[in-house]
Amino acid sequence: MLEVKNLHKVYDGHGRRVTAVGDLTFSVPEGQFACVVGPSGCGKTTLLRVMAGLLPATSGEVRVQDTPVTAPPPGLAVVFQEYGRSLFPWLRVRENVELPLKAQGMARAERRELATEALAAVGLADAHSAYPWQLSGGMQQRVAIARAIAYQPRVLLMDEPFAAVDAQTRADLEDLVRSVWKQFGVTLLFVTHDIDEAVYLGQRVIVLSASPTTVAQDLTIDLPAERDQLTTRADPRFTELRGQVYARIQKVKAPASEGAPA
Amino acid sequence: MRYLQRAVLLIGLPVLLLAAWWFGSAGSEDFYRPSLSSIVDAFGQTWTWEMFQQQVFPSLWRLVVGYLLAVLVGVALGVLIGTFRSVRSLLEPVLEFLRAFPPPVLVPVAILLSGIGDRTKILVIVFGCVWPVLLNTIEGVRGRDEVLSDTCRSYGITGSLRLRHLVLRAASPQIMTGARQALPLAIILMVISEMMAANEGLGFTVLQFQRGFQIPEMWSGVLLLGVIGIVLSLLFRLAERSLLGWYHGQRAGQREW
Ligand SMILES: Nc1ncnc2c1ncn2[C@@H]1O[C@H](COP(=O)(O)OP(=O)(O)OP(=O)(O)O)[C@@H](O)[C@H]1O
Ligand SMILES: [Mg+2]
Repeated sequence: MLEVKNLHKVYDGHGRRVTAVGDLTFSVPEGQFACVVGPSGCGKTTLLRVMAGLLPATSGEVRVQDTPVTAPPPGLAVVFQEYGRSLFPWLRVRENVELPLKAQGMARAERRELATEALAAVGLADAHSAYPWQLSGGMQQRVAIARAIAYQPRVLLMDEPFAAVDAQTRADLEDLVRSVWKQFGVTLLFVTHDIDEAVYLGQRVIVLSASPTTVAQDLTIDLPAERDQLTTRADPRFTELRGQVYARIQKVKAPASEGAPA
Repeated sequence: MRYLQRAVLLIGLPVLLLAAWWFGSAGSEDFYRPSLSSIVDAFGQTWTWEMFQQQVFPSLWRLVVGYLLAVLVGVALGVLIGTFRSVRSLLEPVLEFLRAFPPPVLVPVAILLSGIGDRTKILVIVFGCVWPVLLNTIEGVRGRDEVLSDTCRSYGITGSLRLRHLVLRAASPQIMTGARQALPLAIILMVISEMMAANEGLGFTVLQFQRGFQIPEMWSGVLLLGVIGIVLSLLFRLAERSLLGWYHGQRAGQREW
């Protein structure tokens, strides 16, 4: 369960004040897969960092599992956009996955088991002893996802995790995330700038407006639960929903000052 | 084939220079510039096992202890300063002041304060070698990737686990750079401190030979110091390769792109 109430965030420093998030309110019920889309610079990363307890809000409140977030909440995992920089290059794949478990004081055998299971779930059963830099970008992002799963979070936040991989890998990873979500039953908030991806993945798409950021649209994606790159994307309902999100984004992107129709 | 090529490149020039020295100095009549062959002769006669025990090992002992202490202090202080802004602003002026002293100047002062024993020499080595380690460590700690820090925070990786797996490892390439710069400094300071304040040790012995006009013996001592320098830097490289394997692998991978 995730709740965001009147969240407002201003960056103030180096003589510059930037309102990154204007006034955001929404909540994601337990076990839901929600996607967040919005124009570049509208504060998606900021929102995620506040939710993850990595950044204090200026005002407003974020609650994870009914607890106000003041520090990184336990039971919440983040997959960062910069997968290449979020894995420890001096640790092998298995050690990368096990480190958060070690920090929890988990016994060695249990750690091994969870890591093995998580790596198998992302299709990396035979890459345990590789270093991250020996893997392709897509594989590195899989390791980051495996690390998140092994942590057994109740809430998983992902910030444009596939922005830097090629189209084919991206499709595979999208299906991977869906299967992980189904298998582990986490509450998932997935940030992306790709409208197709948002509609394909989520049960719900939250469209953010340009700064000052508010929720511009909150759309339920009533596509069947079984999704498939070919059939789902060819579904007329998919096209329709995508069109709706697209139209909305175009509208919020156009700044009112630049001669928008009155 | 490639190994052979590399080996030739590695030792080719030194061999050439030694050969030039050997033949250039052969049959030298100059008292202060004896032939290399007579130096080598003197080497065999001078540096006996007994001599090693009495003169070389004490020097090496001070060198190693001083150097390791300097690395330890440099890394510890560097982590503190690089992590906490308050420690940084507190210590920075003092450190800038201390750094301005050339370490050999400290030898007479240190002799006055703590005699001519091991402690004085080790102190001088530590004082001289700590700076490159300290400055590089600070830089390494401060230059760490924010994404990794965020990863640690959100996964609850704190305390000693964080120190071991994030702070020290992320700074380790810079720490090793500092330690590499400090190594020749340590040898220099060992010799200087022994020349100024000792009744045994390598620096002391070389100086004694020079004062006693035992010129080939003096040269053999200089040669021995050079060999010690080479051996230590080879050992350092071995250590570096095992500690920074990930770093070199990562960089090699990036270059291939
Ligand atoms: N550390 C910071 N200091 C000051 N301003 C910042 C900082 N981080 C972000 N901003 C500003 O806040 C606004 C929102 O940034 P944010 O990174 O959250 O956007 P985003 O929606 O994630 O963009 P993108 O889709 O390009 O990733 C931007 O105007 C940005 O310039
Ligand atoms: Mg972003």
